[in-house]
Amino acid sequence: MWDYSEKVMDHYRNPRNVGKIDDADAIGVAGSLTCGDQLKIYLKIKDGIVTDAKFQTFGCGSAVASSSILTEMIIGKSIDDVRKITNKDIADQLGGLPPEKMHCSVMGYEALEDALKGYVDKDELDEAMDELHGKTEKQDKIVCTCFGVTENQIWEALKINGLKTVEEVTNYTKAGGACGKCKGLIQDIIDTYYHKEKKIEEEKSTLSPAQKILKINSIIENQISPELQKDGGDITLTDIDGDKVYVRLRGRCSGCKNSNLTLKSFVETTLRETVDKNIEVVEVN
Amino acid sequence: MEKKLIYLDNNATTRVDDNVYEAMLPYFKDEYANPSSMYQFATRASHALNDAREQVRAFFNAKSEKEILFTSCGSESANTAIRGVLNMNKNKKHIITTKVEHPCVLNLYQTLEKQGYKVDYIGVNSVGELDLEQLSEAINDDTALVSVMYANNETGVINPIEKISEIIKRKNPNTKFFVDAVQVAGKIPIDVQALGVDLLGISGHKFHAPKGVGALYVNSKTIITPLIIGGHQERGKRAGTENVPYIVGLGKACDIAQHFLKYEATEVKRLRDKLENGILKNIYNARLNTGLANRVPNTTNIGFEYIEGELILLHLSDLGICASSGSACTSGSLEPSHVLRAMNVPFTAIHGSIRFSLSKYTTDSDIDYVNSVLPGIIDKIRNLSPYQDELAELKRRKAC
Repeated sequence: MWDYSEKVMDHYRNPRNVGKIDDADAIGVAGSLTCGDQLKIYLKIKDGIVTDAKFQTFGCGSAVASSSILTEMIIGKSIDDVRKITNKDIADQLGGLPPEKMHCSVMGYEALEDALKGYVDKDELDEAMDELHGKTEKQDKIVCTCFGVTENQIWEALKINGLKTVEEVTNYTKAGGACGKCKGLIQDIIDTYYHKEKKIEEEKSTLSPAQKILKINSIIENQISPELQKDGGDITLTDIDGDKVYVRLRGRCSGCKNSNLTLKSFVETTLRETVDKNIEVVEVN
Repeated sequence: MEKKLIYLDNNATTRVDDNVYEAMLPYFKDEYANPSSMYQFATRASHALNDAREQVRAFFNAKSEKEILFTSCGSESANTAIRGVLNMNKNKKHIITTKVEHPCVLNLYQTLEKQGYKVDYIGVNSVGELDLEQLSEAINDDTALVSVMYANNETGVINPIEKISEIIKRKNPNTKFFVDAVQVAGKIPIDVQALGVDLLGISGHKFHAPKGVGALYVNSKTIITPLIIGGHQERGKRAGTENVPYIVGLGKACDIAQHFLKYEATEVKRLRDKLENGILKNIYNARLNTGLANRVPNTTNIGFEYIEGELILLHLSDLGICASSGSACTSGSLEPSHVLRAMNVPFTAIHGSIRFSLSKYTTDSDIDYVNSVLPGIIDKIRNLSPYQDELAELKRRKAC
């Protein structure tokens, strides 16, 4: 018998927001019938706010509970806030899940991510994001063929949950849970991930303030700006104060209602990965 | 109001029979002597051990009580038999078993494979019947052991042990035959002589003896090495002071089970069929996973399509009903039952497969209650499913 929290039991006994929204603005799917669990989430979005959410789940008690609580967590929230929700938040809201069941919270996160991706795709102004997604998907490769888990999914789970072992990765993503042939590959991904993190830490600690400014400037000029130019926009660095990086968006990027997304998902992520994970990007008008 | 417990998971474990419990009690406090000791106080314990051995012999219809070893569980019986036979035939490196064996046997074979043994795993058809032709073809001069379960724990499907015995004798008379009979003890008669098997193992707690005791039949022509090495107990085949109270319990359980075999074949079967027919009639997305295969009288395995098994069990548990599932989610592993996969149960039904296993303690009112509440539970879970179109199609077809 699983040691489910009261909250998990309440949600699988009395699931909230069950069903389908016929005129949904965004629909997200994660999992599949063959894998043993699937979640479909339907969102109604007005003026950047999730006004309604419903779900349909094929899965165990914790999968239903994760889906049910997720709908409660997002109704009434802004898209920006909803985007910040991770599988960890879902599990925390449920008062925790047994380690072997963490993949249920990941499924909730993936369905939500899928829904929001679809929603953004519809927006013609967000070609930058579109292209970014297109690229990562192309580069993404299947690690676990039994459950169809990709390298990016594992990477994401490592990042959000700070997983350290192959067993933890299996609990969170199912990867390696069937034939187990990909366990070596998962270990490699874990090693690469932590090696990379360590390298960033080392570089960060050795950079002097002047070197840091030069590095940020060079990355904006050589990596970020060319990407934005492809979509008719651009970016300039205006100031650096400690970990805060002040930038100005220009061209099609300025005034784009997804500019905040571009700033956070693309500019900030790139700078965090290459220079310092504490960097915060601020837009100046 | 205290909710009533309806226990339909008797293939997992069973309630200890009151008479078994009573029979055991004296051997905890009053008759605690070591049966090997050389004083009069030990004779009653020693006699109790002999009586229990005779009860198990009769239960198996073995020729001699010397062919009965007491063990601690079904897994120990299987490990003793398999390793014991292989150790005595070190030059032979081939083993044949089935894809649907219990994990206690399967995992041992996987370990043996790593040690250089070649193991053939014989498949089953879509209702769980063993492919005898494949089994026959697999036997060769190098085959040390064939190991087949008498009935499957998840589906209850019975394997034709007598027929398999004949095949083995014809193809290679030196090959030993071990039968894991854990799931048939107390459900159908066991006659080791008629079956023609060399070794056969059972576990007490599956038929109303307590957990922690089992038995292994090893016929007089089969020599095995002990798994546990130490004292001279069990004719040197299993060291360790005999667990007298539990062995007494096992003997008593065999005695009682012998007398209940007819009840199992008639009453338990009637109740099982009543449950099964009720489910198949009232729930449109239910399918019997074993079709028309020959089964033990107490087991039914039903797949509920497009819904997931753990959730069914959780809702049943809220009403005091105990069953089990072949779903991935309940096992702690991420894959659904290896048995249902070997049968190629469609993936729409495999995750929603539930096993109900009855016992002599199951009543008509238990079954009536399950049949009255299960359709509502299934309906509630179906409403959560993302596969509404597929379910509607199933409903339409069932109505036709």
